[in-house]
Amino acid sequence: MADTFLSIRNVRKTFATTTVVQDFNLDVARGEFVSFLGPSGCGKTTVLRMVAGFEEPSGGAIHIAGKDVTRLKPNQRNIGMVFQAYALFPNLTVAQNIAFGLKVAGAPRAEIDQRVAEMLSLIKLPEFGERFPYQLSGGQQQRVALARALAPKPKLLLLDEPLSALDAKVRVSLRDEIRGIQKELGITTVFVTHDQEEALSISDRIVVMYGGRAEQVGTPFEIYNRPSTRFVANFVGTLNVLEGTVSDAASGKVRINTEEIALKNKLNGSRTGETLSLALRPEAIALGRRAGHDANLSGEIAEVHFLGSVIRVRVGLGSSTVSLDTFNNSSTPPPTVGQRTEISFASEDVLVLH
Amino acid sequence: MRSSRLWAWLTFAVGAACFFIPLLATLEFSMRMRRGTYSFDAYKVVFGDPRFQATFSYSVVAAIMTIILGILIVVPAAYWIRLRLPQLRPIVEFITLLPLVIPAIVIVFGYIRMYGSSSPLPLLASSRSTDLLLVIGYATLALPYMYRAVDTGLRTIDVRTLTEAAQILGAGWSTIIVRVILPNVLIAVLSGAFLTFAIVIGEFTMASLLNRPAFGPYLQNIGANRAYEPAALAVIAFAITWGCMSVIQLLSRFAPRSSNRPN
Repeated sequence: MADTFLSIRNVRKTFATTTVVQDFNLDVARGEFVSFLGPSGCGKTTVLRMVAGFEEPSGGAIHIAGKDVTRLKPNQRNIGMVFQAYALFPNLTVAQNIAFGLKVAGAPRAEIDQRVAEMLSLIKLPEFGERFPYQLSGGQQQRVALARALAPKPKLLLLDEPLSALDAKVRVSLRDEIRGIQKELGITTVFVTHDQEEALSISDRIVVMYGGRAEQVGTPFEIYNRPSTRFVANFVGTLNVLEGTVSDAASGKVRINTEEIALKNKLNGSRTGETLSLALRPEAIALGRRAGHDANLSGEIAEVHFLGSVIRVRVGLGSSTVSLDTFNNSSTPPPTVGQRTEISFASEDVLVLH
Repeated sequence: MRSSRLWAWLTFAVGAACFFIPLLATLEFSMRMRRGTYSFDAYKVVFGDPRFQATFSYSVVAAIMTIILGILIVVPAAYWIRLRLPQLRPIVEFITLLPLVIPAIVIVFGYIRMYGSSSPLPLLASSRSTDLLLVIGYATLALPYMYRAVDTGLRTIDVRTLTEAAQILGAGWSTIIVRVILPNVLIAVLSGAFLTFAIVIGEFTMASLLNRPAFGPYLQNIGANRAYEPAALAVIAFAITWGCMSVIQLLSRFAPRSSNRPN
C-alpha cells in the first residue's frame, strides 16, 4: 500500500488463558474508510480498543502516521472515537461537549468557539449548542458525539458500533451522513460493526473477522462476490448452499440430486466422486431459463414471500432448498406454492466452498 | 379498597404520633422556662452562651474538614473500584460498614493507644494534631454513608465509557475526575456530605474522649446540669438535621440526567 497511515502488525491480545485476537495484520491508507465486520466475540472491538489505547496488545505493534503508538496512553494518541452508548457528558451542554477536547488541549477561547460553531454546522445542528444531551434524540446525540470526536482535528477516527443503538431509519440516514462527513474531511476511519449491510454500504474496504483473526480483507465487491472462506461466504449476505458430487472431474461436471451441471475451472483439483458444497447468492438465480445462464435445475416452489419491490421465492430441489429474489412486476402475479419450476444460473457465479 | 386505605392512614397516623408527640413535648417543655407562660427564654440562653457558639463553630469546621477528607478519599476510591477493580467491591463495602459495627469508643481507644505521647506518631501531643485525629475519626464514622452515597451516584452513570470518552479527547486522570465524574455524581456527594455533617454535629464519644471542645460534649454537659436548655438544644439539633435532609432533597432535583439512554 503506497500511503499507509495506520499499520497493525502481528497484533495479539490475550486475557488470562483466552486469546481473543491473534496475528492480526492490517494496513489502512490515509483517508480510507475501513470496517471491521464480524459476529459478537470475534475480536473486532478489541482490535479497535488496542488502536485507541484502551487495551495494550500482548504482542505486535501499531503505528499511526509512521509513529509507534503501541504503548502510548489513549490521551496521547490524537484519535477521535465515537462509542455505541454515545458517551456524551450529561452535565455539559452540546457546545461544551464539543469543546471538551479543545479545552483539554488548552486552545484559545476564540478558536474553541469558532470550531464548535463549525462542528455544529457540520452535523446540521447549529441551533442545538445550548441543549443538554438528555434533550436530544438518539440520532442527534450520536451526531454530537461525532462532532465532539472531530473537533480536536484527530489524525484517526474510530467508530465503535455507533449506529447499533438507533432505530432502522435513523441508522440508514446517519450512516450516509457519517460517510459524507468522512469524505468531506478526508479523515482515515475505522468502523466496527456486526451489520453487514452497514459495512458493505459505506466502506472502502472491509475486514471480515472470525475467532480473533482477519478472515478476509477486501473491497465490499470482493467480499460479497469472491468470499475466500466458507465463513465469509456464509456471514456476508444470504447464501444458498447445495451439496454436489463431482461426477467427472476432467470436464468439471457435478451432480446435484439427479441432475448434472458443468462448472468450468471451478473445481480446483477436486477428484471424481468427491462431495462439494456449492454456494449461490439469491440474486444469481433466476426462475426459469434465462439467456447467459448455462446451468439449470428443476424443483418445486416451496415458499413465496412478498417483500414489496422484491419477491423472495424458496424452491425445493430434492433434499435441499434455495432462495432466490425476483423483482416485483405488477403485471405478473407471483408464483404459487407447489408449482413445478426450473431455476437457472451462470456456472461462473457458483462459489465452490472447500 | 376503602378498608385498606383506612388501615394505611391509621398506620401512618400511629407512626407520625410516635415521632411527633415526643418532639412536640420537648418543644413545649423547652418553652416553659418562664413560669406560667410560654417563651423562648431557653433558646435565648442557649444562643447567648459563648460555649454554644464556640462548640458549634468548632463542630461546623470539623464537619467541613471531615467532608473534604471524605470526598478526597471516597470519590477516587469508589470511582477506581467501579472502573478497574470491580472484584474488590464486596471487600470495600464490608470495610466501609465496619464503623457501624465497631463502636466509636473502641476506635477512639485504639487511636489513644496508637497515637499517644509515647507513640512514634504522637498526634495527641498537641491540640492541632488531636483536631486532625478527630477529623480522621469522624471521616471513618461517616465512611458507610459517604461511600454508599457516592457508589450509588456512580451506578447511575456509565463510568467506563465516560472515562474512555474523556481519555480519548486528551484528558488525564485529574481532569476526568474533576470535570467529568465529580459533576455527574455531585448530588450523591452532597448527600453524603450532609449526612456526614449531621453525624459530626452531634458526635459525642470521640470528641469527649479526645477532650476536644465540640458540640456533642457541650450538649451532654448542658443536659446533665440544666432543665430547659437541653430540650431547646434537642430541638435545635433536630432543626439542623432536618435542614440537612431538606437540602439533600432540594439538590436532588438538580441532578444531571443521564444521556446514556438509547432510544
